[in-house]
Amino acid sequence: MIGLLIRRELRRGLGGSAWLPVVFFLVVAALVPFAVGSDPRLLGRIGGGALWIAALTAALLPIERLVEPDRADGVLDQLAIRGISEDAIAAAKIVGHWLAFGPLLLLATLPASMLLGLDGPGLSRAVASLAVGTPGLAALAVAVAALTSGLARAGALAGLLLLPLAVPLLIFGASAASDGGSAFPLEGAVSLLLVAGAPFVSGAAIRAART
Amino acid sequence: MTLVAFRSVTCIRGGRLLFDSLHLAVAPGEAVQVTGPNGCGKSSLLRLAAGLLQPTSGRIERSVRVALVDDRRALDGERTLADALGWWAQLDRSLPALEAFGLDGLAGVPVRLLSTGQARRARLARVAATGAPLWLLDEPLNGLDRAGALLLDQAIATHLEGGGAVIAASHVPLGGAWRTLALT
Repeated sequence: MIGLLIRRELRRGLGGSAWLPVVFFLVVAALVPFAVGSDPRLLGRIGGGALWIAALTAALLPIERLVEPDRADGVLDQLAIRGISEDAIAAAKIVGHWLAFGPLLLLATLPASMLLGLDGPGLSRAVASLAVGTPGLAALAVAVAALTSGLARAGALAGLLLLPLAVPLLIFGASAASDGGSAFPLEGAVSLLLVAGAPFVSGAAIRAART
Repeated sequence: MTLVAFRSVTCIRGGRLLFDSLHLAVAPGEAVQVTGPNGCGKSSLLRLAAGLLQPTSGRIERSVRVALVDDRRALDGERTLADALGWWAQLDRSLPALEAFGLDGLAGVPVRLLSTGQARRARLARVAATGAPLWLLDEPLNGLDRAGALLLDQAIATHLEGGGAVIAASHVPLGGAWRTLALT
């Protein structure tokens, strides 16, 4: 049952515009050298953080299609009638969303790192920190999508909600990407906390939005 | 034995009292038509019966699975009708009932291209496929043509013979014998 839900989310994620956040991620990464200049030492120092900001802004794009279409079209109600809990639906959405978003973003980290002049160890640190952090980012995106679904101007509101909530993940993720080492366990802990808590927050939000 | 029973149920939505101390018991083989003017709480009654809403006071006892048709499609628009209904059938561990509602010719058509009536038939086909003993139909005739309405009557008759029950909210008369519950 949960496998069916995950497959549906993955298909919806890949079907429409999976490349959009990835291209956005690359564009933001490409803007950084234009903004701060092409000094390799400077870029090497801020590259990890720049990648994280690019990932964070890219994570905003899919939010509107994560929960709201299913609420408006009655899919969430039809699932609830079948005795599937909202928490399970949200968990499936998180897994499906990450599968459609995470691996592609990690792949795009390779060209993005080149744009920022990150070399071997810097590149592997960046990929590793995004691999650890993107599940938390996906969980946060689904939770924010559930919290804002059904509201007017949900897209703008979602941005205002997601970016501050992502600050802990950004701090430890960017620090892990730049220095590695001690920040990784903390980033992992924050990401795990988000993944563990988001299904319940999203489930409650879906129930509360039901009319 | 009752499939669903409303015991002194009161429903208040958006600060407005829709109905008060409502009693309703639906047994296998029974068909109940809920009638009443717009906004009298017909849809809310069905959503209460489905467990999607909680009553303000009173109790709702439901002993069986339900299937609901309302004004929302709940089918992925970009998929073909057969795939979209097939997904729900997989979830319900049943087989999609395309033929029962004359949809066999549309199996390969993307859901977003279906007309209002065709999309309504698709929703009814999903309900018929669930195998749930209690059907909740919210304005099932909306958008249906004459042939579609006849197919619906047939499907309901088969369902009732098999020991199922139906609660339908509708302004217009439905075919067959219905017990009427008038809301004001």
